[in-house]
This record gives sequence, structure tokens and C-alpha cells, in this order.
Amino acid sequence: MTHREPPITDEELHAYADGLLPADRVGAVEEYLAAHADTASRVAAWRAQAAMIRDKWGKVAEEEVPERLQPGRIAVRTRGLGRKLAAAAVGAFVIGAAAGWFGRDFVLGGSNAEIARALADAAIDAHRIYVAEVRHPIEVRAEEAHLVPWLSRRVGQPLKAPDLQPEGLKLLGGRLLSGPRGVATAFLMYEGGAGERVTLTTARAMREGETAFQWRAAGDIGAVAWIEGGLAFVVAGSAERERLNRVARRVFDAYEFASNEKK
Amino acid sequence: MAVLSYAMESAMSAVRRGLEPLIPALRRFARALARDAEIADDLVQDTLVRALRAEHLFHGGDLRTWLFTILLNLDRNRRRGLARRPVLAVIEDSDPPGAPVSDGSARDIERGLALLPAEQREVLLLVTLEGMSYREAADTQGVPIGTIMSRLSRARTSLRVHLEEERQPLRRVQ
Repeated sequence: MTHREPPITDEELHAYADGLLPADRVGAVEEYLAAHADTASRVAAWRAQAAMIRDKWGKVAEEEVPERLQPGRIAVRTRGLGRKLAAAAVGAFVIGAAAGWFGRDFVLGGSNAEIARALADAAIDAHRIYVAEVRHPIEVRAEEAHLVPWLSRRVGQPLKAPDLQPEGLKLLGGRLLSGPRGVATAFLMYEGGAGERVTLTTARAMREGETAFQWRAAGDIGAVAWIEGGLAFVVAGSAERERLNRVARRVFDAYEFASNEKK
Repeated sequence: MAVLSYAMESAMSAVRRGLEPLIPALRRFARALARDAEIADDLVQDTLVRALRAEHLFHGGDLRTWLFTILLNLDRNRRRGLARRPVLAVIEDSDPPGAPVSDGSARDIERGLALLPAEQREVLLLVTLEGMSYREAADTQGVPIGTIMSRLSRARTSLRVHLEEERQPLRRVQ
């Protein structure tokens, strides 16, 4: 048998165009291309595409890396997170302590606005602690059917896990918290496409009435709080105010209170 | 306790050290993927945060592949989110009226890429822009190498058709 090169495969043509072809096959491919004009122009087109792509975006890698992407900056933040993770261990205690403080407003004749504010502050604390949790941000996963019935039972009123997919948020799950004055509080966590998290905190409000959406912020976390139908709600997150507002409206709609009938 | 935290600290800095030289490439890739500088840097930032938070999940292997995988996942989630939103931003038609159909290069390639299915666009960018081998691209996308080859091939074929159409104005625009 005379020495014959194996036939040229499509994979080899791509590898040739990408400079990934083993050196001992380059000669054979080039010979083949010299004899097949159609294939040669196809490969040339691929190479031209690659050159255009590199022309267009290659220089981004030479730009100076913005400060917010420098590992030093991110390192500092993660270390901060680490501390919050440690704090999560005593989270229930912290919230309990906060509850004692805010609780006076919550039960002792506070106005609806005060109730909303107290729950908002507790929700912001809880958000800060549990959103930083990597391993156990929630107690019961969204897939578990008993999540909502369980929280409803503990809170003492039928709850919902509103669908926030239209806002790009997916329900991760929830946990039960001790809210202001030890009130059983449902805490649902949602996650967005970029990994951002938004939480919905709900507790039973001891009085009738309703409030408008109230904005509350602490550090980088904002909260929209309101009372409706005997429940106090807080949507919290580090997203911008308008986004949280939209989420809050969706939650509001999901509950569909017949508030108009009361007036 | 002290030993443990020392071990964690040193593992942490190993990932962190390895990650630093990869940031320019992550930015480049994200820019081509998202086409908006702000969104692209957000993606990189989220990637770095996730990588540093989840570094206990990184057991050796190729750090670059791992980071690009995270970035791709975040980008997919981002696009999924966008698709669900009622109002879609128009990303294609930034041309002033009366602009030539083709300027022959930069914008054409950008549009051509935008028209590809995401997974084809990703492969093409991993290979041509990032210089990944087919094996590395397969690891990054978490698919067999044969899938990479077919995605690459389809991407190149569609892009070629697109670029040739752009180059020969078909008088469909009056």
C-alpha cells in the first residue's frame, strides 16, 4: 500500500481555521484547500469572521479594569459577607432582640404606619442576614408543597407565595422568623437572574386598616412596607426603589384584597 | 480553629490570585455577549462575587473554565429575566434612518452574532475571542465536544450567510 493521508474532516477544517490543528495535519489540509476552491473560501470566511470578532471586542481586555471589578474590592466585600455569615448563627437572637424594641410599636397601640415601619426594619435585618447565607438561606425549599400551608398556619392567616416571575424573580423558599414582639413572621426569598435576592416578609397585623406603600431604607437595603387585610407586608432588597415598588405591587395584586368593599 | 481559618484563608487567596489575571478576558467576553458595557461589567462582578463565595466548591481543575461557566449561567439567567419582562428593549436598530445597510464590518458582525441562538454565539466567542480549545469550550458549556463542533459549524454557516447578504444590498430597503 502506498502512503495515503486520511481524508480531511469538517472538524479538521474548523481546527485549521482556529489554529488548533495538530502540526502534522496542517500540510494535508492546506494541500486539500489548494485543490478545493469552495472549501477554501468557506474556511477563509470563517477566519474573516474570527478576525472581525477580535477586532470588535479584543481591545476590551486591554482596558483598565474598573475599580469595582478589582479583586481587592471584591475581597473586602466577601470578607464583610463572611462576618454576616457568622452573624447568621445568632440571627434569630438579633431579630428577637430587635423585636423587643420594635415590638412596643407593633402591639402597644402603634399606628398602622408604625407597625409597617417596625416590620420593615425587622425585614431589613432579616434580609441582610439571610440573603448573605450561602448554604441555608431558607429553611424550606419552594418545591416542598407544605411551605405555604406551614407558614400560613404559623402566621395565623392564609398566605400566598406570589408569582414574581414577571419581575424575573424565582421563589427559592422560605423560613419562619420571630418578628417584632415575637410575632410569627413568614419570610420568603426570591432570586433574580443575576443572583440578586428579594425577600417578602409577612406578619399578622393586629389591627384593621391599610396603609399606602411606605419606603424605608437602611444602608444598601431598601424596603417597601404596607398593611392590608390584617397582614403587614415588606418587600426588601438591594434593588433600586422602582423595582422593589413593582415587586410590591405584584405581591399586592396576588393577594387581591377586597379593600374597596370596606370603604 | 485557627488552623482551619488559616487553611480557608490560603485556599481563598489561591482562587483569588488565580482569578485576577482572568478579569480582562472575562470583561472582553461579557462585553461581546451582552454588548452593553454596564451590563457586561455587572455580569463580571456577579461572576467574581459568586466565584469567591463558592470557592469551596472549586476543587482544582481549570479556573478559567469554571469562571466562564459561572458567567454563562448568569448571562442565561439574565436573558431569561429579560424575556419575561413585558417591555423589550430594542437592541438592533440603532442606525439612523438612511444609514447604509452595511458598513462592512463591525456592526455587521455584531448583528450577525445577535441573530444566532445563544449557545452557538457562546461557542463561537469562546473559540475565536477567548482562544479556547474545543475541549475547554465543551467543559465551559458542559456539553460533549461533538455538540461544540456542531454549534460552531452552524454558527459559522449562519454568520457567513448573514455577512454576505449584508454585503450585497438586496434593494429590499427603499
